[in-house]
Amino acid sequence: MFNFVITFALVLISLSMLALIYRVIKGPSIPDRVIALDALGVNLIAVIALISIVLDTYAFLEVILLLGILAFIGTVSMAKFLEKGEIIEDDRNRNQ
Amino acid sequence: MSLLHWAILSPFLLAIIIPLMYKYAKRVHTGWFVLWLPLVLFIYFISKVTKISNGTTIRETVQWIPSLNINFDVVIDGLSLLFALLITGIGSLVVLYSIFYLSKKKEKLHNFYVYLLLFMGAMLGVVLSDNLIVLYTFWEFTSLSSFLLIGYWYHRERSRYGAQKSMLITVFGGLSMLGGIVLLYVMGGTFSIRELIAQAGTLINHDLFIAAAILILLGAFTKSAQFPFHIWLPDAMEAPTPVSAYLHSATMVKAGLYLVARLSPLFAAEGIWLWLVAGIGLLTLVWGSFSAIRQTDLKGILAFSTVSQLGLIMSLLGLGAAALHYPIDDNIYIATTVAAVFHLINHATFKGSLFMVVGIVDHETGTRDIRKLGGLMSLMPITFTIAVIGAFSMAGLPPFNGFLSKEMFFTGMLSVLTLDIFNFETWGVLFPVFAWIASVFTFTYSMIIVFKTFTGKLQPEKLEKKPHEAPVGMLISPIILAVLVVVFGLFPNLLTDSIILPAASAILGDAMPADYHIHISMWHGFQPELFMTIGVVLLGIILYKTWPKWKVVYKPFTEKWSFNSLYNNGLKYMEYGSNKLAVNTMTGSIRNYLLYIFFFLIVSLGFTLFWKDAFSISLDNTAPIGFYELVLAVIISIGAISILFVKSRLTSIIVLGSVGYTVSLFFVLFRAPDLALTQLVIETVSTALFLLCFYHLPENFRKEERIRFKLTNFMISLGVGVVVTLIALSASSTKLFDSISQYYVDTTYTEAGGQNMVNVILVDYRGLDTMFEITVLGLAALGIYGMIKLRLTKQGGKKANENK
Repeated sequence: MFNFVITFALVLISLSMLALIYRVIKGPSIPDRVIALDALGVNLIAVIALISIVLDTYAFLEVILLLGILAFIGTVSMAKFLEKGEIIEDDRNRNQ
Repeated sequence: MSLLHWAILSPFLLAIIIPLMYKYAKRVHTGWFVLWLPLVLFIYFISKVTKISNGTTIRETVQWIPSLNINFDVVIDGLSLLFALLITGIGSLVVLYSIFYLSKKKEKLHNFYVYLLLFMGAMLGVVLSDNLIVLYTFWEFTSLSSFLLIGYWYHRERSRYGAQKSMLITVFGGLSMLGGIVLLYVMGGTFSIRELIAQAGTLINHDLFIAAAILILLGAFTKSAQFPFHIWLPDAMEAPTPVSAYLHSATMVKAGLYLVARLSPLFAAEGIWLWLVAGIGLLTLVWGSFSAIRQTDLKGILAFSTVSQLGLIMSLLGLGAAALHYPIDDNIYIATTVAAVFHLINHATFKGSLFMVVGIVDHETGTRDIRKLGGLMSLMPITFTIAVIGAFSMAGLPPFNGFLSKEMFFTGMLSVLTLDIFNFETWGVLFPVFAWIASVFTFTYSMIIVFKTFTGKLQPEKLEKKPHEAPVGMLISPIILAVLVVVFGLFPNLLTDSIILPAASAILGDAMPADYHIHISMWHGFQPELFMTIGVVLLGIILYKTWPKWKVVYKPFTEKWSFNSLYNNGLKYMEYGSNKLAVNTMTGSIRNYLLYIFFFLIVSLGFTLFWKDAFSISLDNTAPIGFYELVLAVIISIGAISILFVKSRLTSIIVLGSVGYTVSLFFVLFRAPDLALTQLVIETVSTALFLLCFYHLPENFRKEERIRFKLTNFMISLGVGVVVTLIALSASSTKLFDSISQYYVDTTYTEAGGQNMVNVILVDYRGLDTMFEITVLGLAALGIYGMIKLRLTKQGGKKANENK
């Protein structure tokens, strides 16, 4: 029963990831794609968590945390890029 | 180091000092500092004559590379001594002549004498060495110094051409010879000529014997300007005349003859050797004498005449080697070898003097063209006399030494009629016929040299200088040589016991009877040889008189069909071909190079797999395929394949990122948390970098365009995939040893005090790899920093101050 629940959850998440991938490829505007990618990252977190349960190990909890951070950084930097045209501003050069 | 070794090395040592002499003693002609050395050496070698003629051989050895059997072994026997005397004797005369020939003010004398001394030492090394590798070393030294001497007037186009041509041809031969030497070592286990000859009886049955013989002969033929390698010699006439006299008539071109004579006892047991040496020699003789007549340049005539005379000696050596096949008593072929040795001496004397004469004519009139020359007899009486002596000797007229050796040559050629080994009875009959025809041509061009130059009408308007007799110093050397021509002609037995007999017995070795005695006489009765000579003279005079009428004969032999044009076109097409090859393969496009690399990968790996029958699949060790792996594999395949079909670069970057993330999911599935962590971070960073690159692409590269389909690319990529897959399958199916990982599992905590096995391996068991990977990352960072900061070329050397 437990196994069935896990597998069922994985299948559902995979379906949602497929839907998100469709949005990444199709997504008419860039913000659509960015949000889809962010959601993909979160789904990946879920997948890894479920797989950790399947494999019965604690070893992948760092991976989950890392993915969370990466997804956040990625989305923020994308947002900043869309807003300002560059990610890391160089004030010193601008003043010259 | 014995005195003999110092004698060989002394020219090299003097060559070091000569430039200093040239620099600090400007008022004296540098040649005077050189002249004493060959004289001293000549006297030194003369002092050995009595000892050698008593049948002893002098051997000295110095260790050079004993571990490779290469030692500086020096042996003097009759043959070596004869050549050493020629080299030092004519060397002295040539140096003396050059002192008056080369101007102190205009010429770079230090170059000339350094090259000449290099050559002299190298030549002495060639004829005195017993070790084949040492001989080869000196052999290449002669090629090199000859190259330098031919190109002495390096500002002339023709000199450079001639130097290059002679270098290419003689070095080609030299390298073949090295191959032959190595084969001899493989067969006999020694580089010593004497020891090899001692084994001659067993070596002949070896498979490599004929190959060694042919390779060595290639070396000898190219050096001695034998057909068809004779073409470099006429072009070597661009060298200063003393060089032509010394190298290209008396010494270097005889190195090949020396080699053939020296190795005859080793190879003469083989029929191919006899046929090649005698046949090519004869062919060279006929062709050289035939070609000499059509030349208009005096040095050109002499060059072809040298070619033909070398062929004469070569064919005599070839037939003389037949002596080794017959019982000792009553052996007529010994006389053939004696004739070869005698003519070798004679040729060195008369050809040396003729070259010097031509040099004088050139020096005093400014031209060497026989169409411009004529009527110099009364203006240059001494030169004329020398020329007559030299040319008549060359033509084979009594009472000069050329007559004697020509008679002996005919005797040798007639003896072919009784030769009954190696099928000589079939075509051997051609030998005396061709020899006779060649002698007629020889007579004709000898007459042309003398009479076209010195008789007839003087044409002062065509000459650059007002002709007059040469200075005394220039005449000394040719006079000495001409006197020798006459003396050897009148008293030939002066040389027989002291020089010729030891040389001949050195060539023939055991085949020489102990009590053999040579007696050369001017008159030996009404023999066939005498009638042949009379015929030569009669027909030769007719040919000379009617020369303009039968010029037509040379019509078919145009420049277009000569060996020269074969050589030139050969070079041209080799350059053209290699250029074409390089242009067609080295396209400069990385795509092509990758195609080659991958094609080679497929072919070599696939062929090896097929050839060794290495492909196997066993399913014994495979793990069951889980549901999650299957799903991930499908996803990663879809991702990888869709990269090929997406339109925009941006999409392919993102899809590539998704492939990387899937790989990290694989790592999770296969229980590798550290790898999964690293893979995630790195994939993110590299995707960001790809996006950065994309952002900076020029507009027209951002066009949405699908990758075009190319069949070759498709085949190659499919092939690489298939081959690598097959190899991976085979590799995992054939596990020869157990893994060593159990050791790590057991000792990670007990030995290294850690529980994370991957990390313990990275920093403890195999920390060295980690250190250098850190280095790699450091280098990459520094490199990127450098590339961004240092933009020297783009902005014209200015320091870049914009760094976005």
